[in-house]
Amino acid sequence: MGQHPVIKVENLWKIYNLGEVKVEALRGISFEVTAGEFIAVMGPSGSGKTTLMNILGCLDRPTQGHYFLDGQEVSKLSQNELAHVRNKKIGFVFQNFNLLPRLTALQNVELPLIYADLPPQKRKERAEEVLRSVNLAERAHHYPNQLSGGQQQRVAIARALVNDPPLILADEPTGNLDTHSSEEIMQILQKLNQQGKTIILITHERDIAEHCRRVLHFRDGQIVDNETVEQPIKAEIILSELLQEEEAVEPV
Amino acid sequence: MNLSESLHSAILSISGNKLRSFLTMLGIIIGVAAVVAMVSLGEGVTEEIVGQIGSLGSNQITILPGRSRGVPGAPVARRGGGDILEWDHYLDLEQVSFPAIKNVIAENTVSAVATYGRESVITRVVGTTPAYPEVRNFQVEVGHFFTQRDLEQAERVAVLGKTIAQDLFLSPQAALGKKIRIGGITATVVGVMEEKSTGFQDLGEQILIPITTMQKRLTGSEYLQTITVQTQKEEELDLVAKFLEVFFTNRLGDPDKFSIFNQQDVLDTINQVTGTMTLFLAAITGISLLVGGIGIMNIMLVSVTERTREIGLRKAIGARPFDILLQFVIESSLLSALGGLIGIVLGIIGSQLVARLSPYQTIISPEAAIIAFSISVGVGLFFGIYPARRASQLDPITALRYE
Repeated sequence: MGQHPVIKVENLWKIYNLGEVKVEALRGISFEVTAGEFIAVMGPSGSGKTTLMNILGCLDRPTQGHYFLDGQEVSKLSQNELAHVRNKKIGFVFQNFNLLPRLTALQNVELPLIYADLPPQKRKERAEEVLRSVNLAERAHHYPNQLSGGQQQRVAIARALVNDPPLILADEPTGNLDTHSSEEIMQILQKLNQQGKTIILITHERDIAEHCRRVLHFRDGQIVDNETVEQPIKAEIILSELLQEEEAVEPV
Repeated sequence: MNLSESLHSAILSISGNKLRSFLTMLGIIIGVAAVVAMVSLGEGVTEEIVGQIGSLGSNQITILPGRSRGVPGAPVARRGGGDILEWDHYLDLEQVSFPAIKNVIAENTVSAVATYGRESVITRVVGTTPAYPEVRNFQVEVGHFFTQRDLEQAERVAVLGKTIAQDLFLSPQAALGKKIRIGGITATVVGVMEEKSTGFQDLGEQILIPITTMQKRLTGSEYLQTITVQTQKEEELDLVAKFLEVFFTNRLGDPDKFSIFNQQDVLDTINQVTGTMTLFLAAITGISLLVGGIGIMNIMLVSVTERTREIGLRKAIGARPFDILLQFVIESSLLSALGGLIGIVLGIIGSQLVARLSPYQTIISPEAAIIAFSISVGVGLFFGIYPARRASQLDPITALRYE
């Protein structure tokens, strides 16, 4: 793993100027994420966790402070440079999947590679490989509306992984899914983490957050608690329990 | 993101919304089709008129008695006229040593009944001079034209139009050497002209005789209806026209007693009229393409709004503002280019239909098609830029949240 932290945030402020009112969404946040961590960010709505996510994802720039991503100061980059960073260093997973409806699963996964200017043949090979790793190889040519929610989210995870970024940002990835699919997604994320991926996950569900090894609690634009999860929940175990329950119900 | 990727994505988006894409293109389709069809009709008609004028022989200046007003070549009321041009004028013009003048012919036309055996037809009889075939670009098919000697002797000879020869003798060859009655005289057929039509009249329905024969034996009048002068070169038309103006003003004492029609003036007028028509068409095209372009812009703006989430997503995974701009500009250009192509095809079909269903011929003008196509692509490009810029400036955070 790298010598430097994947994320280093120093005294980060984000102030929204809404005419007469100034909203301080982030108030001097500092923290570090080392490579290979699996962190959950929790907090009530309005606590600033979404603002933080946008800045970490290079979709927004802080009003003040420094943000080093993979050793690079990104808070002062131009639009085009930020686009490049998003493409190469960050994999996004959204609550509502955000797959393009007119593209097949494979084409959706290829999309970041297109903006990375990879030749078509290499794109296809790489996208197929990643789809295999989320167990969707046989669904490669299905369109999003032909896939279940859980499958769609797996396609989205494949898309996030395809450029092999050092950081995965997941914004409520299980928010739209049932328990079973949620656990499947968490299982994949845990597996990725074991393989060395750094993952930051935003959630407001305690059950989901406890799959991670560290939880940052947000309130009023500040980190109020930095909790280490002693015994992270193993999605695998939950899944097998769910399976047993389903089998137990079935004979009736 | 390179061009072929943008193109691919544009094709996907256009084919994903076929009806809407078609309706969006409709303005461009109609505009381009109209241009292609109208220009082809305009060029066809121009070609026909110019061709007909050319077929009457080239480099001609015609002198008529009386002053005409208005556009040369158009049928207009003449003031004066009648017995003004004299046989002497023709003879003098023949003698003039003016190198630019190649030929001079005089013409008088009367209506008469031509009879052979029991067959008779009412026809035009044209009294003229031996240079007629050369000036009118109208040759003898069998036999020969009457000669200078025939003219001087006022011989009773006739050259028949092909239609008359066929009506009276069944074939041109059979007519040679036969005697026919024309009005009050009997004339020997020495030749039959080739088949020819000016577009306005069939020249096969006339009988040509020496003008002297007509003057002395048929009408008794020495006056001429027209004198036509042929120049050596086209560039000399204006020069010779000026010379004739002076010549006849001297002879007649008044420039209002005659009119000079320069063939070049007629062609210029036709070109001027068709030029105006082309300009008019261009204006209509401009407007219809503008309307089509606004239609494209409208739909592109709707499309940008509809695809806000897609734009946000693309930006989140690494699209630069320029990539988004390119994607939408290419989409609108492709729409208009496709519309332009369909328009050209429809325009060609339309002009073929016009050619088949109307008496006019049409000529497809590749220039018009290429220009209309280029303008339509340009319109798509131009009207696509504003929506595309809006798309490229979208904030990815708001765009991703857009419902």
